[in-house]
Amino acid sequence: MTQAQLQESASFAAPSSETGGGNWREYFGFSTDHKVIGIQYLVTTFVFFLIGGVLAEGLRTELATPESDFVSPELYNGLLTVHATVMIFLWIVPGLTGGFGNYLVPLMIGARDMAFPKLNAVAFWMIPPAGILLLSSFFFGAAGAGWTSYPPLSLLDETKIGEAIWIISVLLLGTSSILGAVNFIVTILKMRLPGMGFFQMPLFCWAMLATSALALVATPVLAGALILLSFDLLAGTAFFNPTGGGDPVVYQHMFWFYSHPAVYIMILPAFGLISEILPVHSRKPIFGYAAIALSSCAISFLGLVVWAHHMFTSGTPDWLRMFFMVATMVIAVPTGIKVFSWLATIWGGKLRLNSAMLFAMGFVSMFVVGGLSGIMVAAVPFDIHVHDTYFIVAHLHYVFFGGSVFGIYAALYHWFPKITGHMLNETWGKIHFVLTFIGFNLTFLPMHKLGIEGMPRRIALYDEQFAGLNLVCTIGSYILAVSTIPFVVNAVWSWIKGPKAPDNPWDGLTLEWMTSSPPPVENFRGEPVLVTGPYDYGVGDRSTEVDVPFSDAQDPALAAGPGSALRADPDPSVALHADDRQDPGNSNP
Amino acid sequence: MSIFTILLRTVLGIAVAVLVVLLSLWYGQNHGLLPVQASEQAPLVDGLFNFMMTIATGIFLLVQGILVYSLFVFKRRRGDNSDAPPVHGNVPLEIVWTAIPTVIVTILAIYSFDVYKAEGGIETMTHPAVAHVHHEQPFTLGSAAYAATLPESDALLAQSMEMPGAVEGSSQIEVSVAALRYGWLFSYADLPDVVDGELHVPVGREVNLKITANDVNHAFWVPEFRLKQDAIPGRETVIHFKPTRVGQYVVRCAELCGPYHGAMNTNVIVHTPEEYETWHQEQLVASREAVHETVAVAPVQTAQPAFLAAHVQELGIQPATLSAFRSAMAHSHQPAAVEAKGNS
Repeated sequence: MTQAQLQESASFAAPSSETGGGNWREYFGFSTDHKVIGIQYLVTTFVFFLIGGVLAEGLRTELATPESDFVSPELYNGLLTVHATVMIFLWIVPGLTGGFGNYLVPLMIGARDMAFPKLNAVAFWMIPPAGILLLSSFFFGAAGAGWTSYPPLSLLDETKIGEAIWIISVLLLGTSSILGAVNFIVTILKMRLPGMGFFQMPLFCWAMLATSALALVATPVLAGALILLSFDLLAGTAFFNPTGGGDPVVYQHMFWFYSHPAVYIMILPAFGLISEILPVHSRKPIFGYAAIALSSCAISFLGLVVWAHHMFTSGTPDWLRMFFMVATMVIAVPTGIKVFSWLATIWGGKLRLNSAMLFAMGFVSMFVVGGLSGIMVAAVPFDIHVHDTYFIVAHLHYVFFGGSVFGIYAALYHWFPKITGHMLNETWGKIHFVLTFIGFNLTFLPMHKLGIEGMPRRIALYDEQFAGLNLVCTIGSYILAVSTIPFVVNAVWSWIKGPKAPDNPWDGLTLEWMTSSPPPVENFRGEPVLVTGPYDYGVGDRSTEVDVPFSDAQDPALAAGPGSALRADPDPSVALHADDRQDPGNSNP
Repeated sequence: MSIFTILLRTVLGIAVAVLVVLLSLWYGQNHGLLPVQASEQAPLVDGLFNFMMTIATGIFLLVQGILVYSLFVFKRRRGDNSDAPPVHGNVPLEIVWTAIPTVIVTILAIYSFDVYKAEGGIETMTHPAVAHVHHEQPFTLGSAAYAATLPESDALLAQSMEMPGAVEGSSQIEVSVAALRYGWLFSYADLPDVVDGELHVPVGREVNLKITANDVNHAFWVPEFRLKQDAIPGRETVIHFKPTRVGQYVVRCAELCGPYHGAMNTNVIVHTPEEYETWHQEQLVASREAVHETVAVAPVQTAQPAFLAAHVQELGIQPATLSAFRSAMAHSHQPAAVEAKGNS
């Protein structure tokens, strides 16, 4: 018997008669089931992703030629502002935390639901009105000061209504994110099944814990900044308005105090998802469980003290520039630990190269590019050259698209059978991956060169010298747009007519695979039991020798195999293997 | 495993490592991504970038190499449904890949700090005495080369104290820069009445820009100088550089300032010292001319000759030169009439 079969035999899946999937109307109402809310989040945010993508295609079409000929420059700024806001606040943040967080966290920790189910539903139902409100601002002249909304530009009369709408919708979305964060922290701290200590948790739960802590600490500061900004805008105060003695740089500090951590809110859950997907499809335990778990916490903490690296040219004092430079560079260390651990997880595995695995490997590949350019822009002298240029545009898209969005796609392919009870078509999945990979690199790779050579970001018209590469970027962006079609068609068709998915199609070991697909209301038929660690692939026989440099089976610190101190332990009271059991009273299961 | 295979693997491993290092070193120097270097600061920044590019190329090749290699070598064999070996981790390996990035990052931080210092940042850390008096405040580290902002009142004071001819004869060129939608205004400390839409500087001399904005945030960026500084209304930011290459470069606004942000460009013209002297003299005369004309239309005409004579004497210009210029330039130069660039 494999580990997966043992783990499955310990828990009882609900019979399929109990998992009808419920009434479809449920998905349009105020449901308190975390799985329904998770699906609501995923579908809603994916729709906003498509809308944000349409806005992006508008931008790229304008930039196909140096002149301003597709949209007016005013509309162009509206498009870029709303594009960024939609992608950040209506797609990546709610999609990763609200969508996958809601769906997976209770299942992974063996809980029946989130700690506060009504709060959870409230958090979701703030999103559609906020999103519609934001998009409606195009009818009144959308905010044109970028998603950063720096005053005094954001305080000008020309986009006053759009700006006010922008502030209100971002405040709503931020509130939703805070409510979600409270819920995740309480759920993860308090609702794990008995016997699941912190170091038996799946890594996605670690990532969600780190993310939620960040969201809880940082988001209120953004809310404060936006409320003061709205006073300046609507009531004529002068917190940030220099004409009344205010200081625009204070806004930048408050804004980035949230918005840099927001980067980690958008990437940490994706790290967590990748840490789940790679071991399953490599058929190997995650390499260095504790290092990955703790590096999430380190990134979460460090992420709070690096915000001013967005402000190296804002007249920030020297000593601050140096402090923020060093703090930023330090983040490379925990991030590097994760990347190398993922590579070591893949190394020597038996890779099942399905769509989920391809997107997960694509994630590692593309995120590394964004990470490397991130270290470059941490260096103050170089950042001063490329700040606010297309180099930054390239960097952030490698992190958010090559990182977060590839991560989301990998997770969609991986958990689609669990969520819907149907398998996705693999061929179309691979076509989707190849098109996305090519389109993405064609769109964003040339932007590095554009930025270094002198093209500022957020411009509707540019010099003739940048025309060639911009055309390449635009063509790439069309390929990227087309690449979503196979996915949407595949997902819709499979959801309705796809072959039925078994409960555990990938032979995973985490608890969400130990219930039926889709899981019933309240998730498990009885109490699920954790008899193996979450990543105990290949741990059949205790005598298995593993060929790893420096490994010593006798020394837990150096052991690479089942005796390794680095292993995420199974529940010590019911563990499958006698060596893992710690409670002597429970030795005859 | 036989000795032979181990040997073969070791040799192959070393060969790949050497190849990666060589490729990184080559690409770090030959990426061809950077524009020409036109300031003293540019080669410093480029050196840093090349160094980072070398390391980044190495890491990039390593990661992508492992991924691509795994894609082919570790692909599941058809019919093999067993799991891979249970490797949970390896402490020495993890220490290595924590330590190496730490070392790289430390070196990079020190190198960046060095470049920043050499560029002219953090001056007072080494030469507190050199600090300009007006920049000294209790809580700053001093006259950051292109950094520290001043509270408004101090800035205005500094400006009013320094503007009138303070730089006469010194080697620094002092220019006040005002950014406004969608253009730049440059006024020179030693040309009191000249306001120009383009920046003229001589090659090889230190230029000091004091930057502010009249409406919204802007940013002064010359890619060939590798320097950028935000222009913030209500604040004065400082940047200084030494141009090293004669030519005309584009000054770009790098902070979103409105719909025509992309058109907010002007030129910085780096002159040879002789050209600059000629330009300087022309401006001087033209500005006198402008003052003269203003005075001429003023109701009280009597002041004119005395007024001009005093200035001419002060500037050491022969009356003959002046009249020659006056006839040559008649109305061609109207300083202060600067049209906002762009709006194409």
